[in-house]
Amino acid sequence: MMDLLQSEIFANLAYIIASMLFIFGLKQLGSPETAQRGNLISSSGMLLAVLVTLISNQIISYEWLIIGLVLGILVGASAASFVKMTSMPELVALFNGFGGIASLLVGSAEYLGTGSLGLISLTAIFLTLIIGGITFSGSLVAYGKLSEILPGRQITFKGQRIVLVAIFIAALLFGAQLIFNFQIAEGWNPLFSFLLLIAFSLVIGLLITLPIGGADMPVIIALLNSYSGLAASAAGFVINNNVLIVAGALVGASGLILTNIMCKAMNRSLANVVFGSIASSSPGAVNPEEVGEIKPINVSDAYLILEAANSVLVVPGYGMAVSQAQHAVRELGELLEENGCEVNYAIHPVAGRMPGHMNVLLAEANVSYDQLQEPEDVNPIMDTVDVCIVIGANDVVNPDAKENEGSPIYGMPIIEADRSKTVFILKRSMASGFAGIDNPLFGKENSRMLFGDAKESISGLVAEFKS
Amino acid sequence: MDNLFVLLIFVLVLAIFLGFELINKVPSTLHTPLMSGANAISGITIVGALISSGSDGGLWTTVLGTAAVFFATINVVGGYLVTNRMLGMFKKK
Repeated sequence: MMDLLQSEIFANLAYIIASMLFIFGLKQLGSPETAQRGNLISSSGMLLAVLVTLISNQIISYEWLIIGLVLGILVGASAASFVKMTSMPELVALFNGFGGIASLLVGSAEYLGTGSLGLISLTAIFLTLIIGGITFSGSLVAYGKLSEILPGRQITFKGQRIVLVAIFIAALLFGAQLIFNFQIAEGWNPLFSFLLLIAFSLVIGLLITLPIGGADMPVIIALLNSYSGLAASAAGFVINNNVLIVAGALVGASGLILTNIMCKAMNRSLANVVFGSIASSSPGAVNPEEVGEIKPINVSDAYLILEAANSVLVVPGYGMAVSQAQHAVRELGELLEENGCEVNYAIHPVAGRMPGHMNVLLAEANVSYDQLQEPEDVNPIMDTVDVCIVIGANDVVNPDAKENEGSPIYGMPIIEADRSKTVFILKRSMASGFAGIDNPLFGKENSRMLFGDAKESISGLVAEFKS
Repeated sequence: MDNLFVLLIFVLVLAIFLGFELINKVPSTLHTPLMSGANAISGITIVGALISSGSDGGLWTTVLGTAAVFFATINVVGGYLVTNRMLGMFKKK
């Protein structure tokens, strides 16, 4: 019996079942009703793949791998259990990076192993090292920026692109040397190429992510997500294993689709996000003369308008996450509903710091997911909305995207809050959004600014409703 | 050209197309759990890591393999658990 379980054919059949479970699980992740079950199915596929590998006769000693497994379970489980929902972008970035470094290490272990390697294996190792390295260092930078260890703004220096291209070419050269083992210099050892390739891949990851500003983070996180899958796929070619190739390709494809959705939501190409910079000018305050008169409003006046409203649309942005206002927002939403008002939430795909960031925060605060709507659902009925409450969002409601051809964000799909009857804009000050451009919404006839911390303002409104 | 290699490329190409079809219609509400769930799947590299760590391939292979097991396990366990935690919050009234 044990012979059968340890046979290669059994392992491969189990890997096929694991791949099916991944596919089925991913499919179920596509709808809120089935998503949790889908995740469970996908994780059972992973468990199967791990168990089959553990009992296979390819594994001779268990001392070391048990240490790695136990430590990994401890760290992974505690990170997943204790992370705050607002810190989710950081965690996802970090996990992407861990996937990348794991693949890089697998490639390195195979390279330094005792077996002789053919051209195909060497090529696969080269790809694993370069993709894994870029994913790892890029994700660490993304993590640093999101957790504010690094400054969130774009970090650039003169000639950055030239340096990036030069390093990339050098990495390809070392890769070629690694594969074909030709003579670069007297006494050159392929091991030098191996080490330099890893070092240069890490530098490429840094150079790609450092110039990315906070508002572009959703794109880069989705892209790194895709890379972590591609690295696993490449590692699959190193060890000739189908399940790595299939699972990695699925993740690579899903990450690419998300990247594409994010780019479309900003009306920019991927090349423009990675290599161009939208906000080359420094973010300045909005010039009131340009955007019309700013009309502040206080909490009690805002309450009177909300009290009379029949339909309210909440447009959250990163500012809601910063001030942790999501629970207060849900409470306000419930009070409005008790008051006979229809409440919905319009979420722009790039609101926040990662795809779906706002949805997770509002779900955490117990907002029903059928109230979370996309711009194309709310824009057609915007004229019927009595009050639009913009919480810490800026560029995603900027009417310049529709009206001003000269604007850097012209053409970006927005939530057309300006078309609602009244717009409340909750903002700490008049500083402009991440794109560093003026927002004429603030000066529109129907706009009212509710200055102050978003959570305090919303809590103030809640208190008014309760009194 | 190695026959096995061609077969693996074949699998890769099909899997990429399948991935595009599977993910294309995910509502934006689920983008974050999709990303963290997909991320957990990319931890499949743990299979390669276990083989490197447990096989008799020399000291370097064992050490690097064990480090790979550590990171891939964080990726797998953390990724699935956090996705589960998030999805548990998505409720409909």
